Amino acid sequence: MNRFLKDKEHLFRMAALFAAGVVLFLIVRAVLVPKGFGVYGHYRAGALADNRVRAPRFAGRAACIECHTDEGDRLKGGKHAGVGCEACHGALAKHAADPSSLKPTKPDSKTLCQTCHLMNVAKPAKFPQIDPKSHMDGGPCLTCHDQHAPDKEPKK
Amino acid sequence: MNSDRRDFVLTAGKLLLLTAPAAAYLEAVESGKAEEPAYKTFEHYWGMIVDIEKCIGCGNCVRACKVENDVPLEPYFFRTWVERYHVEGAGEHPDVDSPDGGYNGFPEKYAAGDGAKSFFVPKLCNQCAHSPCTQVCPVGATFESPDGAVLVDKTYCLGCRYCVQACPYGCRFIDPRTNTVDKCNLCYHRITKGLTTACCESCPTGARQLVDLKDARDPVHEFLRTHKVHVLKPQMATGSKVFYNALDGSVR
Amino acid sequence: MEEGILHAIQGYMYPNEVELQWSILIVLYPFTTGLVAGAFILASLERVFNVAAVKPTYRLALLSALAFLLVSPLPLQLHLGHPERSIEMYLTPHTSSAMAMFGFIYLWYLMAVLVLEIWLDYRKDMVLMARSETGWKKTLYRILTLGVDNISEESLRIDDKLGRFITIVGIPSALLLHGYVGFIFGSVKANPWWSTPVMPIVFLFSAIVSGIALVLLMYMLVCFLKGIPIDMPCVDTIARYLMYAFLVDFSLEMLDLIHRIYEADESFKSLDFMVHTRLYTSQILVQIVFGTIIPIAMLAFIQLVKLSDAARKGIYTLAGFLTLMGIFAMRWNVVIGGQLFSKSFLGYTTYKMAFATKEGLLPAILLMILPFVILWGLVKLLPPFDEEKAAV
Repeated sequence: MNRFLKDKEHLFRMAALFAAGVVLFLIVRAVLVPKGFGVYGHYRAGALADNRVRAPRFAGRAACIECHTDEGDRLKGGKHAGVGCEACHGALAKHAADPSSLKPTKPDSKTLCQTCHLMNVAKPAKFPQIDPKSHMDGGPCLTCHDQHAPDKEPKK
Repeated sequence: MNSDRRDFVLTAGKLLLLTAPAAAYLEAVESGKAEEPAYKTFEHYWGMIVDIEKCIGCGNCVRACKVENDVPLEPYFFRTWVERYHVEGAGEHPDVDSPDGGYNGFPEKYAAGDGAKSFFVPKLCNQCAHSPCTQVCPVGATFESPDGAVLVDKTYCLGCRYCVQACPYGCRFIDPRTNTVDKCNLCYHRITKGLTTACCESCPTGARQLVDLKDARDPVHEFLRTHKVHVLKPQMATGSKVFYNALDGSVR
Repeated sequence: MEEGILHAIQGYMYPNEVELQWSILIVLYPFTTGLVAGAFILASLERVFNVAAVKPTYRLALLSALAFLLVSPLPLQLHLGHPERSIEMYLTPHTSSAMAMFGFIYLWYLMAVLVLEIWLDYRKDMVLMARSETGWKKTLYRILTLGVDNISEESLRIDDKLGRFITIVGIPSALLLHGYVGFIFGSVKANPWWSTPVMPIVFLFSAIVSGIALVLLMYMLVCFLKGIPIDMPCVDTIARYLMYAFLVDFSLEMLDLIHRIYEADESFKSLDFMVHTRLYTSQILVQIVFGTIIPIAMLAFIQLVKLSDAARKGIYTLAGFLTLMGIFAMRWNVVIGGQLFSKSFLGYTTYKMAFATKEGLLPAILLMILPFVILWGLVKLLPPFDEEKAAV
């Protein structure tokens, strides 16, 4: 044994140092790799749940109609039937969960209607769009249009 | 040490050694299954249809996304944005703009009848099935979920920005508040609860529609069969799952 | 991110592209790892290919490589959004990611090649110094020798054999070290400025060029500072190898350029415009004219016309600096250039480099000075020239 070691001891000490480094790395790895890593793929399985943690800000049409059946009925069969409630009224999940906690403000029809219906060359030609100056002298949209059933007269 | 004590120590030691890996295994398996029982990940495969013929550039989707997902409001961080194309001739040199990503709509800047065609193109993460961005992530902080959404693990991301470089569509950005990457995650917190994405919810014309490719009853199958559908940058072979109807060849 | 950046855009860029992702710190990284690979290749010329003329620079080349390799990860750490998580690259490396696998190549090269080779080559000197020094220096050398005092003929013969083996293994390791950095860029299909199969090879040869230039300059500087006469056949040989490597590097880059111009694919017009405008100074002037053509011409001139020692030293110094500047510009043009144009091929942005911020010019300058500070320390600790070896 000694004859084998002779003149090579420094190499064995270096090799031992390297081996210790590898072992240390393996221990650190075992401790630090997050739980659930690699279960579904090369990622931490808990990240799937993490991505689901956010509370929705938009409730969705179905939630609105639960209480606001009148508006739901007016929308049916009309030109705005496919427009979500919150597309105009903004994110209202808070209101849907607890109506008294957040009272939505009525949108200003002039600015809101123009968001979609202001004439623009890039909009599809078939889409109803107007130039407010020449359309009824820029008068309030709700004078003639029911916002929930725009091809009908507004409810009195 | 007499043989009884020696046997005891050896056996106890072996049992102790066994419980540690057993506990570790159980924990790994259990934590990996952190899902609500109602949503079955493996029964869905998400995508989206964007119908260029219906988009009116109202910007509802851009605003809704920023509200729903708490995206920084500066005009250089978007999970989704809308582009306006103004194309003359064959479309080799389209004129493209996206003022604040379409957040405040598109002020008119073209005259009707100028001989060109123009249209809006909503953009978002294409939820690629062979995504180049997850390929390059050095640590596994971004990945394709089993149900087809490309997600980010914000607790694990180093902020190296390699994925931002690797995305051909420019849909990723670094959130300055967390110094990690962020991007459209298909409103994963909504679609796993039976809701649709915020952008689809707020789109007034139905230009954006969430689709579940694994659902046999989803209208997407019929849609793909009956419409001329395109993905962005097909030559990159990313397996993009956002299908555009009536996408013009000039779209970048 | 500055408000003003939106005004610096020309044409159309995807909204998320407006901000550059990778800054000057990421330019530093391929530059420093390139110096490492190049310095090592020069050192291996002597050890493996028996080019005796360059022997005087052998140890200095290794120490230079080590100094730069130790500093290389620092710009990356400064750049990361979460440097405290960087160990994840070793814990859960994504094997499909060139960046992740590079972490292991770096570690392999540092520990199994460079540190071992330096240790084996210096072991005799370290033992002698452990014997002759006093105080904390004695302890330091004893630790470095791992407490082994044996420097018998046989042990040194074993060291030499093992060292030679490590150098042989080290050559492909050095090629891998910097070729991989090239692959990190070259494999990104989303970016046509980066995506080319020739990128690892171009990076590698420009690394060799920069490393040789570095050792050439360092050798002349260290000799000058220590009052040792410069070995002219040595620097003449190094300069010749620099020229050869430069010719190969330039040919490869020109090949890539000609190929792009000829094929003129969808990205070409946009890239061409970028090179002629935003990248003109750094690419055409700094990298190609002053950083490549002029140094090559100077080195070629020396091969054709006999010049005095003093003249040659002057030319080598100037050519060396121009070379380093040119190779740095090449890294800049790849990293920054690849982010100045939009992936829509319809627009361009600007790189606004700040000064005293985390990723500004100041940390970049400090990080480039640091390897020389470390090298100074290494040269003091492990003298590279025979004249200073401690008496037995």
